Amino acid sequence: MKELIILSTLGVLSLIAGLLRIKKPFMVVVVAGLLLNISVCVMDWNHNELLFNMMLLDNFALAFTILSSSLAILWFIVAHAYFQNSENFSDHYALVLFSMTGGLLMVSFTNMVMLFLGIEILSIPLFVLAGSHKTSMRSNEAAFKYFLLGAFASAFLLFGIALLYGSTGHFDNAGIAAFLGANKLSGMALAGILMMLGAMTFKVSAAPFHFWAPDVYQGSPTMITTFMATFVKTVAFAGFYRLFFSSFMPVSSEYATIFAVIAAATILIANLIASAQSNVKRMLAYSSISHAGFMVITLLCMKSSSAGTLLYYTLVYSISSIIAFTVFKLVKTNSSENEEINAFDGLLRRSPLLAGIMTFALLSMSGIPPMSGFMAKYMVFTMAINNGYMWVAVCGILGSLMAVYYYFKIVLAMFGQASEASEIKVAAHVKFVLILCSITLIALMLFPSQISSLI
Amino acid sequence: MLTLLLILIPILSGFILLLTGSKNAKPIALVSSLIEFGLALFALNTLKSGAVESLSYNAPWVQSMGISFHLGMDGISMLMVLLSTLLMPIIVYASFNKTYSNAHTLYALMMLMQSAMIGSFVAMDGFLFYIFWEVSLIPIFFIILMWGGENRQKTTFKFFIYTLFGSLFMLLALIYVYLHTADKSFDIQALYAAGRSLPLVEQGLVMGAFFLAFAIKMPIFPFHTWQPSTYVAAPSPGVMMLGGVMSKMATYGLIRWVLPMVPDGVHEYGYLIISLSVLSIIYASCIAIIQKDFKYLIAYASIAHIGLISAGIFSLNMQSLQGSLMEMLSHGINTVGLFFVYDIIYKRMHTSEMSKLGGIRGVESRFAFMFFIIVLSNVALPFTNGFVGEFLLILGIFQTNMVAASVAGLSIILGVVYMFRAFQKMMLGETNALTATFAKLDKQEIITLTIIVLLIVSMGVYPKPILDITESSIQTLLQGIQ
Repeated sequence: MKELIILSTLGVLSLIAGLLRIKKPFMVVVVAGLLLNISVCVMDWNHNELLFNMMLLDNFALAFTILSSSLAILWFIVAHAYFQNSENFSDHYALVLFSMTGGLLMVSFTNMVMLFLGIEILSIPLFVLAGSHKTSMRSNEAAFKYFLLGAFASAFLLFGIALLYGSTGHFDNAGIAAFLGANKLSGMALAGILMMLGAMTFKVSAAPFHFWAPDVYQGSPTMITTFMATFVKTVAFAGFYRLFFSSFMPVSSEYATIFAVIAAATILIANLIASAQSNVKRMLAYSSISHAGFMVITLLCMKSSSAGTLLYYTLVYSISSIIAFTVFKLVKTNSSENEEINAFDGLLRRSPLLAGIMTFALLSMSGIPPMSGFMAKYMVFTMAINNGYMWVAVCGILGSLMAVYYYFKIVLAMFGQASEASEIKVAAHVKFVLILCSITLIALMLFPSQISSLI
Repeated sequence: MLTLLLILIPILSGFILLLTGSKNAKPIALVSSLIEFGLALFALNTLKSGAVESLSYNAPWVQSMGISFHLGMDGISMLMVLLSTLLMPIIVYASFNKTYSNAHTLYALMMLMQSAMIGSFVAMDGFLFYIFWEVSLIPIFFIILMWGGENRQKTTFKFFIYTLFGSLFMLLALIYVYLHTADKSFDIQALYAAGRSLPLVEQGLVMGAFFLAFAIKMPIFPFHTWQPSTYVAAPSPGVMMLGGVMSKMATYGLIRWVLPMVPDGVHEYGYLIISLSVLSIIYASCIAIIQKDFKYLIAYASIAHIGLISAGIFSLNMQSLQGSLMEMLSHGINTVGLFFVYDIIYKRMHTSEMSKLGGIRGVESRFAFMFFIIVLSNVALPFTNGFVGEFLLILGIFQTNMVAASVAGLSIILGVVYMFRAFQKMMLGETNALTATFAKLDKQEIITLTIIVLLIVSMGVYPKPILDITESSIQTLLQGIQ
């Protein structure tokens, strides 16, 4: 309960701050609030607080709340300039914070209604934020596309919930699971499950419902893209996992193959298309989709309690994404808004720090030791092979190779090309976050089980 | 603890180099690599005195996944560690009169690479081995990318993706075997036990996946296409590390991980690999013969020698394994020697096209003499280190597979053809306008070449101490896989 109160209060506070025009110091308030939220979560650990049979703050929910709040803190710091430069900064703060509240519902729901509410509260602010570059055509396109398709997916989700309710008579996860375990699976229930599966696949941007992601990621302001690729992806996956783990486990054999196909297809398609991109932002968008494919493997192997692996994977992936998008943003602003790979030419000379840290992130995303991205992929592969999905692991390997191909295009540009462009200055707070993130990437490699055996 | 130090010292000196800047980079790199070599000799002494336990280091890393930081050394590892620590000071010293921009970063990367390579030689945990195996790629990637020659971008890219491709299949196989261990552990003994319990076909598949990774790294036909262009694009220290040490990671990997883990598969399907290796020898030798550029010639000659080593490893007897280890050592030294010769020529003539050179012997006979000894060793003349290795190899292969041995024996004849041809074209004949300007060797070059020549001759005349290092380890290995 406290977590919910803290997040929504922060949202309301930001609106008040807008009225009082407290612009600069408000960042401190938000970061302090999120830190408070994290410490409250830590205190609630193992308490399993149940709220009105609607939300259960178990360790799963708390771990993902801590993770997502930490990501949000890092994000708020690097996005400082985004808020400073926007006219209606308080609206942006409020939208992000309300979206985070929706994220909290998504990781802790025990009732389908809460899932739906969570997704909507999470998404609607994002539709607005995606279009927050009001004068940019692409930003508007992104918002419109995201809104239309997102609404469509929500409708499917709702329809799925309705069908499930019709066939099982329950809205809450435990009831549905109990009913599915005791009775033969009816066609209606299966249809409901598959519709929810489709809708959630859309939300986490996995194939075949990933088409919105590249356009939306590319069109949105870079900082909002970062938020979508890190925070939103993390909570959406947590929600996806929670939904299937707590409600549909008894019939998991019915849809396991679908998950396997989704995982393999997402990895292969996204990586293949990403290799053909020359626009870095779009490439990162496809890379983000491909990582969704790896995360789907944790859903596929749910029986072997893969939540810890999902937590670890999302953590590592989000940290590397924050680095990649932030460096991209800095390079873009300093190369007259050039989003192509050649904007990275000679970054080693322009800013050795950025080049080094970006290399860390790219190595991690391509899964090359000593970066923790390797450990994350290793865990996922092990899980897949252990559950008899060798072919999915092989697809994952092929996907990783393609990923190396396009990630290293950036590395080659940074280290191998010459450039006459001027040096890039990095603000101290951004530098702090970037260095912190890269240290985390190495530290996570050394201590993986501390995270993955948490839940 | 000693083993851990062997890994940590290069890392430490790498960081010191990064911090101190390029002014004192060379002496620091040399001193630290000499310290490392001294430490390796001390470890050798410890091994000889029988205190194997003191060379082992075992600390839990990720207990829930059965991964431990387990290091250890037997004779085979020892020899590899000796090779890399011996070559490192030579490689560093060979680069002393060259100027590289950001030299401290270059030497730091070399140190990190050495650390990773030693790590892969002493890792006694499958996961740890894989980590070191992969990590060693990153420094060499940046060395070639930042200090390489023409076409370095394309080449490094190909090199990196190619090697990674193989490695990932090795990872899959490793995970597969790991999942069959009794208590889910990556420890080498557990992996051996699990691998041996697999049915024959699966053992063959595991062997294939491992071999893919190793064949690319060695390299062996048809997985060699990255190698010549990478060797040509790489800067001298980089190519010396690649050809001298890094290719041995793969042959070592075969001995350490493949033979004992899937012995049935090796017995059953090993002949396929022997055939491929022998094919690779002939193929690479023939291509080496028609090369016009000396650096390409060294690259293909390297493939030919490596092919012989690989055939020897899969012949599974005492002589062939002793021979392959001996040959790894001498191939490492000779490759560094050849690349240093190339370096000397290229620095003076700005070309390594053999037809443009000629008659260098008339200008600088000392150079021609020392080059000739390196050539002799490459064609396995008695009293050179190359002879010991190749003789044992062919003897060993003969016992297992007569046909393969007789074809592999051609490698020596073909080797004579391309090596002597290269020597003749560059060193003998009329001195032309270009080679007349060939400057005398300076002190640093003479010292480096002398060290290499002395190593070649001393190992060739009296190889027993080296063979002794590995003998008992090979015996244990062979007993395990019968």
